Amino acid sequence: MTQSPAITVAALLVMAAPLVAAEIPQGQRRSGFTFMAPETQAMQNDDDANPGMLWVLDGEKLWNGKAGAADKACADCHNDARFSMKGVAARYPVYDKSRGRPVDLEARINLCRAERQQATPLAYESHDLLALTAFIAQQSRGIEISAGSDRELESFVAKGRELFMRRQGQLNLACANCHDDNWDKHLAGSAITQAHPTGYPEYRLEWQSLGSLQRRLRSCISGIRAQPYDYGAPELVELELYLMSRAKGMPMDVPGVRP
Amino acid sequence: MAAALINVPAKAKRGQIIEIKTLMSHIMETGFRRTAAGELLPRDIITSFICRFNGNAIFRADLFPAIAANPFISFFTVATESGKFDFEWIGDNGFSETASASITVE
Repeated sequence: MTQSPAITVAALLVMAAPLVAAEIPQGQRRSGFTFMAPETQAMQNDDDANPGMLWVLDGEKLWNGKAGAADKACADCHNDARFSMKGVAARYPVYDKSRGRPVDLEARINLCRAERQQATPLAYESHDLLALTAFIAQQSRGIEISAGSDRELESFVAKGRELFMRRQGQLNLACANCHDDNWDKHLAGSAITQAHPTGYPEYRLEWQSLGSLQRRLRSCISGIRAQPYDYGAPELVELELYLMSRAKGMPMDVPGVRP
Repeated sequence: MAAALINVPAKAKRGQIIEIKTLMSHIMETGFRRTAAGELLPRDIITSFICRFNGNAIFRADLFPAIAANPFISFFTVATESGKFDFEWIGDNGFSETASASITVE
């Protein structure tokens, strides 16, 4: 053999690296829930054991509590969230005409606070913002995801998809390299899931807390040794939008519990 | 007041074994972690949990730094008479929370 070992290894790697596969066929789509151990599934299904319900409880109080200079509660405009917020989270992120951009549920809550309640915005990942988001999203339990249907969102879904497919970071990995190509395998003992965000905000046992989809995305981006986008960055919202549109038709299971 | 979730069956037959489930929100900071600047985060945990039925202690537990955030405690007891369960969580920095639930035994 005249070939150097380094070249052989490189050649093998090129052969072994699969082409970026097509998206997951409709019939094979699964929620992250189905990848979990039965004990963790039981924790999510039991509202007395699901720690995410603690945030939902606090969110209900915030929903009914007056805030800001306008001295208005969410409930003063939206009334009973069980009816007014049913299915709302399943449609988000939505296109916001005045901004010409998609906004996610967290951003919508803060816009409502600023414009209707004249209150200060809640920080991303703060307890109160997670609690309100969880309470609102929980009203969509069991409802099929319909985000990204708006025609005005097409270009933003495409941008999110492009970001999902683009290799980046020191590890030179795209989201798709794990979540499209290798979702039936494991990474360091953990199941690689299909990136269908059905349960956000969700309680991660690793976080010991509830967290948003943006937090999850930022963790993944750090994991491939890339620089995460700031909370609220358009790129993260576009990714959220693409992921939700990927999960179109799948039922919401908020608050999810994940390992 | 920290959010808590309690599940006690509203009704039970005399002599029936019932499950009681409690979930209390708490960060359970171990006291072993450090900030990015290297400073030790002080311990902040729940140290004890007690359940009383009609004033008598029927279950208690000591909690330690290795217990996860938002501790979930569940246990079984025998339904003997109608009455009230009082739950109490005590912890660092003066943490003290209570909750209660009633049961009717037929």
